[in-house]
Amino acid sequence: MKTYDIVIVGGGPAGLAAAVAAKEQGIDKILILERDAELGGILNQCIHNGFGLHTFQEELTGPEYAGRFIDQVKELGIPYLLHTMVLHIDHRKRVTYVNQQDGMCQIQAKSLILAMGCRERSRGALNIPGYRPAGIFSAGTAQRLVNMEGYLPGKKVVILGSGDIGLIMARRMTLEGAQVEAVAELMPYSGGLKRNIVQCLDDFQIPLLLSHTVVRIEGKERLRSVTLAQVGQDRKPIPGTERTYECDTLLLSVGLVPENELSRETGMKMNPVTAGPVVDEKLSTDIRGIFACGNVLHVHDLVDYVSEEAGAAGKNAAEYVKRDHDQPEEGKTAPYEFEQEPGESAPIEIVVRGGVRYTVPALIHARPPKEDVTIRFRVGNVYRNCYVAVYVDEERILRRKKQIMAPGEMETVVVKKELLTGQTQTVTVCIEEA
Amino acid sequence: MFDVIIIGAGVTGAAAAWGLARFQGKVCVLEKAEDVCCGTSKANSGIVHAGFDAIPGTRKAYYNIEGSRMMEQLCKNLKVPYQRCGALVVCDDLNFSQGLEELYQKGIANGVEGLEIITDQKRLRELEPNISPGAAAALYAPTSAVVCPFELNLAMAEQAKQQGTEFYFNTEVQEIEAMEGGYRLETSRGRFESRYVVNAAGVYADYFHNMVSEKKIHITPRKGEYCLLDKGTGSHVFHTIFALPDKMGKGVLVTPTAHGNLLLGPTATDIENREGVGTTAEGLEKVMADSAHHVRDIPVRQVITSFAGLRAHEDGDDFIIGEPKDAPGFYDCAGIESPGLTSAPAIGKEAAEVIAKALCLKENPDFSELRKGQVHLSELTLEEQRELIRKDPAYGNIICRCETISEGEIRDALRSPLGAKSLDGVKRRTRAGMGRCQGGFCSPRVMELIARERGISQEEVTKAGGNSKVILAVTKEGTRE
Repeated sequence: MKTYDIVIVGGGPAGLAAAVAAKEQGIDKILILERDAELGGILNQCIHNGFGLHTFQEELTGPEYAGRFIDQVKELGIPYLLHTMVLHIDHRKRVTYVNQQDGMCQIQAKSLILAMGCRERSRGALNIPGYRPAGIFSAGTAQRLVNMEGYLPGKKVVILGSGDIGLIMARRMTLEGAQVEAVAELMPYSGGLKRNIVQCLDDFQIPLLLSHTVVRIEGKERLRSVTLAQVGQDRKPIPGTERTYECDTLLLSVGLVPENELSRETGMKMNPVTAGPVVDEKLSTDIRGIFACGNVLHVHDLVDYVSEEAGAAGKNAAEYVKRDHDQPEEGKTAPYEFEQEPGESAPIEIVVRGGVRYTVPALIHARPPKEDVTIRFRVGNVYRNCYVAVYVDEERILRRKKQIMAPGEMETVVVKKELLTGQTQTVTVCIEEA
Repeated sequence: MFDVIIIGAGVTGAAAAWGLARFQGKVCVLEKAEDVCCGTSKANSGIVHAGFDAIPGTRKAYYNIEGSRMMEQLCKNLKVPYQRCGALVVCDDLNFSQGLEELYQKGIANGVEGLEIITDQKRLRELEPNISPGAAAALYAPTSAVVCPFELNLAMAEQAKQQGTEFYFNTEVQEIEAMEGGYRLETSRGRFESRYVVNAAGVYADYFHNMVSEKKIHITPRKGEYCLLDKGTGSHVFHTIFALPDKMGKGVLVTPTAHGNLLLGPTATDIENREGVGTTAEGLEKVMADSAHHVRDIPVRQVITSFAGLRAHEDGDDFIIGEPKDAPGFYDCAGIESPGLTSAPAIGKEAAEVIAKALCLKENPDFSELRKGQVHLSELTLEEQRELIRKDPAYGNIICRCETISEGEIRDALRSPLGAKSLDGVKRRTRAGMGRCQGGFCSPRVMELIARERGISQEEVTKAGGNSKVILAVTKEGTRE
């Protein structure tokens, strides 16, 4: 069995940044496994701009942003395989993949970085009633058809869900000559970035119908109409508010789901809120040497944060490889234990309260973090003029005012390393009213 | 002039064609849809019923038992996924357990083997740990099984095709009239004549029957809605779990599928529209509520799709099999609702034997019980997979990520004797697009393969034939070659 220091599952923005960071730490035996025809992941179909403002201080398109990292991977000579599907991974970091050249192959990694990204939630997952004609697409599938294949899925469009891809596609379909009738959003707020609502809907006079959902889908062969209705606070349709839109296309942008089928096979600990693995501040899962980053860990709003997080995962994986890593014993099964380096305290869980849905990392080794700890999280509702607060034990160590926080945007706090000690019992992240 | 025309390429029509393939005769199948398995046969529970539910002495009881006995060997011969998982009919109040006793007695009368009423709580929970805490007793039917309904339908049709049965798709029968020595059928594709007609038209079987017979029958489409959960959830239960039946049928069941998904449903609502396969909010809510009644902790967040099928419910509440007195040569397979899938091979085999005798058809020496079938990469051992990909690298190119379906398998499904023509056709044959992303990733790539293999442009690719085109326009035409 061939062995590698680090095997990275996925060659999208997370996998690329992780590979570059690991290589820069002096690790040579790296392999990126990518299932698509090229590196770059979903960025390749995101031909709109707005990427890279944080990372490069300039506005790039998706392919340009991916290109910066792909160039680095190539310059650094990091090996990668395309058209390569990973079928299994296990807790001993053996990876089974398949492609046309190598057939079925098994390799051994000292460290594994999970960077599989996410997929779109489908119509079926929402149990939207009605017929099942042609013309119902997830927004990302439509994006691929329009931007990469040069096909227009339809000409008269209703969009359900105001996730960013749906908003982007409202504009994109309009620019390609389609008529976008409306974007309906179940929640009383949008799931997308504010800037996308302005630039993709408002600028094109496309109505955003908050607290609305699809209650009927008509059409036996191709979609003929979609009926929207307003929903009450219980998110159930209010009778009498139905309105039918004749259309040939329904796009769904109703949420992203981290693609963790491989991760689950290993028996690693998962977070039911994010649907991603539970990780510590090193982005290590509870299986030693397996790290996770990017949208497979939790769905990000901006790719810049994916790159930053993945860079940290790559660096930490490199350090793990350089340490005297110990393989879990042959017979070891879940539950596993988070690695505790010599001199490090046992990891403590970060407590979330008051509207904070989750944090990544979910655990911290309070002594001694080598670096300041970046904690990312999302809130469960829209908050105006509130504070993000972080407590170490009883002491509030951070309080930052936010004019607005919404579920569509990821929040970040950084905890200075010197504020954490071996005696730290709890770290709490919460939202506080003014 | 055909010897036999079969109306309908659902599982019953395919079974009749498969039965007739054992004989030498000129047979064709007329199907209004673009493919086999497009009506009730594609939207049902996929259960091989043990046979305790049908009233003794009915045709449902007879064909159910016969079909159930045939199914395991048939599936082995035809390479159709089949698992004898057994069934439990759950009753949550011992006071109502006479319902179980009645079922048990019916089952015994019908000749079902291995039936047993379980009242021992410990044993019940050992058999089925996730059964609802309220379950007090259950009827255990070890001969109940699950089968892949698409593959069964396809396999029987393919066997017939191999023996020369002609299939005419997109061919809707409009009129039937008796003529000297047979029947004349007017269709959307012109006139067909035949000595015998098999009426396997599902929810439309009464239309055709009533065109030739004065003894009128009437079919009501009885809608059943389902929810399907992601692969892997099938292990949530080990058996098909039923509640006690009522007058509308067997009620909402919870079952593993032959492919390891968990299936919940069906509801039962009589409707007017014979194409009315839309799901409803109330229906799907009922599926969830009723299934939660007899199985606990169903991982409902892992629902990947929902769908509805129409049972062909005849007013007389039984199958109508054979030739009406006033229409000799017109062989009805009508009113085929549950246990129709189970019964299909028995119905088809018997129809073929009766017709072959009437027409004095000779046996077909070339008929084979065994089907070569398609390669399914994920069912092979590692060594077999390696060998296969080495010989043909198309099997190493994974197209459907959720179900691990390769380009080679999709290509085979497009080139096979009754090749797929649409996205849904590929899906039913290979499972590409049937997984948790519901074709989100793979459908553009499957479209490419369909276009390539069928020599059409991608704009012509449909979801399920007819007017179900997937893309409606081409952009940037100027840059295309």
